[in-house]
Amino acid sequence: MTNVRLTINGRQVSVPAGSTILDAAAAQGIFIPTFCHDPGLPGVASCRICVVEVKGSKNLTPACMTAVREGMVVETESPAVVEARKTILELILANHPQDCLTCEKNGDCRLQDYAFLYGIKESGFKGERHNYPVEDDNPYIIRDMNKCILCGKCVRTCAQVEGRAVIDYAFRGFNTKVAPPMNTTLGESDCVYCGRCVAVCPVGALLYKPLAGKGRVWEIDREPVTCTFCESGCQFFLNRKNGRVIGVTAGTPGPGRPLCLKGRLGMELLHCDDPVTPQLKKGDQFEEVSWAEALGLAGVMEKIKKLEGK
Amino acid sequence: MTCKCGHDDAATKQEALQKALDKYRTVRGALIPLLQEAQEIYGYLPREVMQQISGALGVPFSKTFGVATFYAQFHLKPRGRNIIRICQGTACHVRGASRIFESVSENLGVGINGTTDDLRFTLETVACLGACGLAPAMMVNDDTHGRLSPDKAVETLKQYE
Amino acid sequence: MNNLMDKCCDKCVHSPRTPCRDYVVCRLEGPVCHQDEACKEKRIRFRSEVNPAPGQGRTVICVCAGGCTSSGSMKILDRLEKAVADKGLGGSVEVRRVGCHGFCEQGPIVTLEPDKIFYTQVTEADVDDILASIGDRPVERLLYTNPETGEKVVGYDQVPFYTRQKKLVLKNCGFINPERIDQYVAMGGYRALVKVLFNMTPQEVVDEVKVSGLRGRGGAGFPTGVKWQGALNAKNDKKYVICNADEGDPGAFMDRSVLEGDPHAVLEGMIICGYATGSDEGYIYVRAEYPMAIHRLKIAIAHAEQYGLLGDNILNSGFNFHLKIKAGAGAFVCGEGTALMTSIEGNRGMPRFKVGRSTEKGLWEKPTTLNNVETFANVPVIINEGGGWYASIGTEKSKGTKIFSLTGKVINTGLVEVPMGATLRQIIFDVGGGILGGKEFKAVQAGGPSGGCLPSEHLGLPIDYDSLGAVGAMMGSGGLVVMDETTCMVDVARYFLNFTQNESCGKCTPCREGTKRMLEILTRICEGQGVPGDIDTLDRLSRVIVKTSLCGLGQSAPNPVISTLMYFKDEYLAHINDKRCPAGVCTALLVYSINAEKCNGCGLCAKNCPANAITGEKKQPHVIDTKACIKCGNCIQKCKFGAVEKK
Ligand SMILES: Cc1cc2nc3c(=O)[nH]c(=O)nc-3n(C[C@H](O)[C@H](O)[C@H](O)COP(=O)(O)O)c2cc1C
Ligand code: SF4
Ligand code: SF4
Ligand code: SF4
Ligand code: FES
Ligand code: FES
Repeated sequence: MTNVRLTINGRQVSVPAGSTILDAAAAQGIFIPTFCHDPGLPGVASCRICVVEVKGSKNLTPACMTAVREGMVVETESPAVVEARKTILELILANHPQDCLTCEKNGDCRLQDYAFLYGIKESGFKGERHNYPVEDDNPYIIRDMNKCILCGKCVRTCAQVEGRAVIDYAFRGFNTKVAPPMNTTLGESDCVYCGRCVAVCPVGALLYKPLAGKGRVWEIDREPVTCTFCESGCQFFLNRKNGRVIGVTAGTPGPGRPLCLKGRLGMELLHCDDPVTPQLKKGDQFEEVSWAEALGLAGVMEKIKKLEGK
Repeated sequence: MTCKCGHDDAATKQEALQKALDKYRTVRGALIPLLQEAQEIYGYLPREVMQQISGALGVPFSKTFGVATFYAQFHLKPRGRNIIRICQGTACHVRGASRIFESVSENLGVGINGTTDDLRFTLETVACLGACGLAPAMMVNDDTHGRLSPDKAVETLKQYE
Repeated sequence: MNNLMDKCCDKCVHSPRTPCRDYVVCRLEGPVCHQDEACKEKRIRFRSEVNPAPGQGRTVICVCAGGCTSSGSMKILDRLEKAVADKGLGGSVEVRRVGCHGFCEQGPIVTLEPDKIFYTQVTEADVDDILASIGDRPVERLLYTNPETGEKVVGYDQVPFYTRQKKLVLKNCGFINPERIDQYVAMGGYRALVKVLFNMTPQEVVDEVKVSGLRGRGGAGFPTGVKWQGALNAKNDKKYVICNADEGDPGAFMDRSVLEGDPHAVLEGMIICGYATGSDEGYIYVRAEYPMAIHRLKIAIAHAEQYGLLGDNILNSGFNFHLKIKAGAGAFVCGEGTALMTSIEGNRGMPRFKVGRSTEKGLWEKPTTLNNVETFANVPVIINEGGGWYASIGTEKSKGTKIFSLTGKVINTGLVEVPMGATLRQIIFDVGGGILGGKEFKAVQAGGPSGGCLPSEHLGLPIDYDSLGAVGAMMGSGGLVVMDETTCMVDVARYFLNFTQNESCGKCTPCREGTKRMLEILTRICEGQGVPGDIDTLDRLSRVIVKTSLCGLGQSAPNPVISTLMYFKDEYLAHINDKRCPAGVCTALLVYSINAEKCNGCGLCAKNCPANAITGEKKQPHVIDTKACIKCGNCIQKCKFGAVEKK
């Protein structure tokens, strides 16, 4: 493959043709913030936090989707870029609850990290904010759309599994919201609680309910495990606090890795020191069920009992 | 939309919808035209109708809902028999469109996007009707009315039952 | 023969299935395949019936069935048609339903051809007099009065509104019946198509368009020939042509008039584009608010197919082209190219980040040529008259004519087509007749929500794409909204921001969140709650939104604010610092008072004040308690002596 030469922040760089500015910068150890970009998902270039200055263009361009060109001269932290990023962060914060102190995501949130990086203490803009009810009507995911920054990663990852696409963008403009059909809650939707969306959300809009209130991010160690329930071999994380496994969360959704609730529950049963009783949706309601039923093993267990018990 | 007897009406509508579904089933990019036809039939987009459309086209329901809520033309709640759309375009704005809106709104007793209790009128605004030469203008159903005054606008509505 | 498209005799073999390549020429000049004076005579007679010459004893009464329907032209048409039938005048008088004449202000407009008689503000009751006047003196009272001389004029060729225009694209609008393909053909329509199909290679067509210097009329002014070259060069088994008829700029209605008045011109341009770029399928994306345009397009497409000018093997040339209409569903942003394509594909109309040009990867990832309605309508003219001829009109970098929709506080509102390079003064004062009600000109808003407001110092500006951009406005689609001294520029900026904010698709952060905050700040300023830092904040938000938004909507949304800040900053300062609206528009900032010298103490104002804020002895000057006043304006209207003032 041919290489392309360009200049980033005064440094000469040579990267494979077809790379994005973001790739090229990363290869040089130059950090560019991103919200909506994810190498495993189709690009949308919508959050605009990654904009950089390219000599000769009137406007700033998103590093995450702009391909490098021979001789390109890029500045990733020029005054215009910094002003733009600060303003975008302020705009996001103007429409975002400022309750970091009690947010589960505290310490693992990109919005927080970037606000720190660019020294944004509070938003200078005052005005209308969203005021959506926090959704807490299912046993697995807490969904607070007031914290959503509309990066759309959850939409894209959910749609990657055939037949899911439980959520999508709804409404328009300032009122745009990620929602299940008819703007219901996840609990009322056909969501299968695989947790893919939670795994990609850069902020505290989507959280694991079983882990809520159990520990701060920095108290928890995450150890990857591979699920063995089916041949997909999905990745999960064991969340350990003080040596005890307190929960299992979905890992990075990869190609052909559906991630499923059954798999995660299975991992919880296997690894958690104190697994929470699983719940399944029966009609409109969630009910506690036996582990055998949750894992779809009720029939198998019966048979095993029958065979081995005799 | 004059559904009084229930069943028959629902059956005719379902039949019409079925026809539309069959027509578009294999057409690319059919979601929007199909929603438009369905809204023609039902006057709005009931949940079940959107579900049927999703099913027929193999499009996730979440996407159908997302499309239906993106475009101003689609409505998820029943609307009046006559749709009033008062232009808020630049030309109309500088020639007093807001006064037209106020007088109609006051006369009907409904606000923006409101429907009168007798389902006779729904009051909406529109960005421009392309009748700027006749500003201020409004559209009732498919008829454009121009050179309005607040009184004339109210008067015009009388011809719509 | 009562239809130009009929066979002249049995020797004619043309049908859509077995198309004759000489078909259009034959219809215009007489049969090519056989020599027959009678057949030729039939053809030529019909042509002259459509476009009669003076002294031929034939009169065509053209009644606008476009914009004028909103001022009652349909009733006139019905009456006219009935009266002509009743009186047995059918042989010498044709009543014709035509598209917009452009002079909507004076509608309903009726013209009599070939004498060019121009009647304005016609009503049903005038029908008999109009018919009786044929061959006699025109109906005096319906004639237009030239405001400059105060004299009545007979012909539209003496009306200043028209004499100062140059109609290339609008030439058929208001003259032919847009629902009759034969009238379009009789006026020379589809001749350009024949020319390209049989005498030009696709590259030659593209070259001709390049030579003409035609630039896109949809806003950005991209050179059309260059775009077509890109599509022609693209290698693919499938290519598309799309006509952007989403005309969403409030204040612009030229595309609507072309579609409603001369739809075949657009079709012909699109078919030629299909041939030039190697595409066999096109879409016309029309906004849903234009039901009449959709109706006429449907008829036009059906006719063109029926007569073998559209569809498979057009005129036996081997070239296929099919056209479909897509009705928009109410989203301004769908006028943006990538959003439009996403919408045709059946999605939310959210713009896409473009990797490469649409002419390489557009609709369904296939090479796509997207052009505006007016752009396509220019193409037949260029092919017929030659690119070089076309390039002789206009300015150095902007060629041809441009249709503007002139609206707002101007005397003659309507559609005007002028050569590129006409000055704002020529358009607003010469064609437009100046400011309504003898008021002062203050600004003209050019280019819709993405454009800017220009003050009087720029009235002398010859307008083209580049000159407008240089002073902070934009050609946009060609909307010109004239504003007078009673217009508040902060309010205007707020109005446009409200529009773009409402129409933002919500995809990217700066536009979705930023326009909202800008609107909130502007609203505060208009309500007297502005603070000194607001201008800097508006400045910064404008800069960031322009530089970082994903699509043209966000990138241009702050323009109305930027341009008003550039030219009318003192108005902002008056609102913020002095809590005063110099134009007297922002209600919250108005103070009502009574001029003691003019007040004679009649007390009428006090009686009509709903807030009981006015007090005074009989026959003594009254006073307004500004704290109690709710600024309804009743007192101003009631006072017979002009004693109540608002400031
Ligand atoms: C927000 C937005 C709205 C637009 N609306 C229209 C429109 O209504 N009609 C149009 O022809 N072009 C519109 N455009 C411009 C199109 O993106 C595109 O440039 C144009 O259709 C190309 O055709 P042209 O080269 O013939 O002008 C719009 C652009 C933006 C950013
Ligand atoms: S949990 Fe899984 S199925 Fe449910 S919304 Fe998230 S990604 Fe989609
Ligand atoms: S919920 Fe999270 S992942 Fe989904 S759009 Fe919002 S911020 Fe992005
Ligand atoms: S600039 Fe506005 S309209 Fe364009 S993509 Fe961004 S949010 Fe949507
Ligand atoms: S990360 Fe590039 S635009 Fe969001
Ligand atoms: S602004 Fe009202 S019709 Fe265009």
